[in-house]
Amino acid sequence: MSTAFLSVERLSQRYPDGAGGQTTIFENASFGIERGEFVVILGHSGCGKSTIMNILAGLAEATEGVVIMDGKEVSGPSLDRGVVFQNYSLLPWLNALKNVTFAVAARYPDWSKDQVLDHSKKHLEMVGLSADVFNRKPSQLSGGMRQRVSIARAFSISPKLLLLDEPFGALDALTRGTIQDELLKVWAGTNQTVFMITHDIDEAILLADRILLMTNGPFARVAESVEITIPRPRSRIEIVEHPNYYAIRNHLVQFLGKHSKELAGPTDAAENRPATVRIDKTAPAVRAPSKLAV
Amino acid sequence: MTDMSVNKRAALLSFILLFAGLLLWEAVIPGQKAAGELTEYERLTGGGAQKAGVPPPSQVLEKAWEQLSDPFYDAGPNDKGIGIQIGYSIYRVLAGYFLAALIAIPLGFLIGMSPVAYKALNPFIQVLRPISPLAWMPLALFIIQDSETSAIFVIFICSIWPMLINTAFGVAGVRKDWVNVARTHELGALRTAFMVILPAAAPTIVTGMRISIGIAWLVIVAAEMLVGGTGIGYYVWNEWNNLDLTSVIFSILMIGVVGMALDAMFGVLQRFVVYSE
Repeated sequence: MSTAFLSVERLSQRYPDGAGGQTTIFENASFGIERGEFVVILGHSGCGKSTIMNILAGLAEATEGVVIMDGKEVSGPSLDRGVVFQNYSLLPWLNALKNVTFAVAARYPDWSKDQVLDHSKKHLEMVGLSADVFNRKPSQLSGGMRQRVSIARAFSISPKLLLLDEPFGALDALTRGTIQDELLKVWAGTNQTVFMITHDIDEAILLADRILLMTNGPFARVAESVEITIPRPRSRIEIVEHPNYYAIRNHLVQFLGKHSKELAGPTDAAENRPATVRIDKTAPAVRAPSKLAV
Repeated sequence: MTDMSVNKRAALLSFILLFAGLLLWEAVIPGQKAAGELTEYERLTGGGAQKAGVPPPSQVLEKAWEQLSDPFYDAGPNDKGIGIQIGYSIYRVLAGYFLAALIAIPLGFLIGMSPVAYKALNPFIQVLRPISPLAWMPLALFIIQDSETSAIFVIFICSIWPMLINTAFGVAGVRKDWVNVARTHELGALRTAFMVILPAAAPTIVTGMRISIGIAWLVIVAAEMLVGGTGIGYYVWNEWNNLDLTSVIFSILMIGVVGMALDAMFGVLQRFVVYSE
């Protein structure tokens, strides 16, 4: 796995607990992400998902361990890693278009003004925004539109890795659905590698190639890597009919409801790599073992 | 009445209050008795001497018309138009104020960015800030030896603190997420300062600037009463010495009007930089 496009090696995060000791959020977490893969991480609050995200973004530093992307160690934020936060991704004093153009201009400093403008507009249109909202400030946009702008900006700079930190967490269920569709549509047209945090199991299954499951903190770790064996292109209406859908969903619910607690706590292992889980009801004869430890 | 907008009703009420106030003022001023109507006793006790009573509003209006119809006349050191006097005051206020802004805003920026600088400079700011600007006047006159520059210095010292404190506060309080947006887009220190931190802190900075200009205008009147020569503060004091209360009241009103205009300018600036999250 160390040859993967993005490789997280024995990442640990500890904070002083205020009583002279230390609290370990997660310990020796190791996993990899392949180029072009859409990976979603699921886990309860407090297991350190957001911390992992911030370390990948270069906004935080791990106590121990390294992150290697494309053969280079991640240190500090960079345009190679685009981030969409849950809130406040947009600068409120700039309008929608300028929120994208400043990023494009930072990414492609050699481009002319027109090139930057065209590129930005193209990406805003890609996420379903029309020209009449380009001049609106974020406060004049709905929550859904704001996240569309954030997503457009993230794709417009074509980062090597796109990090999504619960991007739809603050949206209502209906809006979330339509933006998930937009995201899938935009993502399908690229070879973008995505790492995303969510609390929503259905969202994870719809979007992901692979779901990483984390145990509860402290001493959280990435325990399982569940492959989503539902072919693309997927749509929210059709995937629920797929025979694998409920099998996978049940497995995830069981893990988050039960196993995440049972597996919690420190381990002796020097390295905690997730076990690969593959659930495929469509071809039981070919893939006999439903659970493979790799 | 019910179909009038709130603004119209408020304007109507303002006019009613104004006229009622002026009428009341006019009515309570006792008229001077002519010398012929005085009793002998009153004449003996000095009742017939010209009394400097508070003038009625009609006289003030007359004075205002006279002054405002020729605001820039200059008939010697003690007889200049109201426009010239106000001009001097505004010049001093703006000179001291912009000098203060030139130092307070960059310095406040640095203090806001660095927690160490914030803590190190805070005791000095806390001690210097509550000093009445006029208390600096003797020291300023002694060191600078020029009354004009001393007045500007007093304006400088009184307007620096609100701008410094608000800038530091605004910069220190910029949302971490916006700074992270700048960091993930690899904006350099200078571009982060101008593209993210300055616009994010601008409403707080402009609020500080607005407080400062208000204080500066309050202080210039007192400062000019002390240094003399020119300016609206000197004008008020000079007219008091002339016992020309009509001019005193007129200039008090002018001080209010100019103060309001200065504040309104910053109100416009504030609307320009404000943003909602």
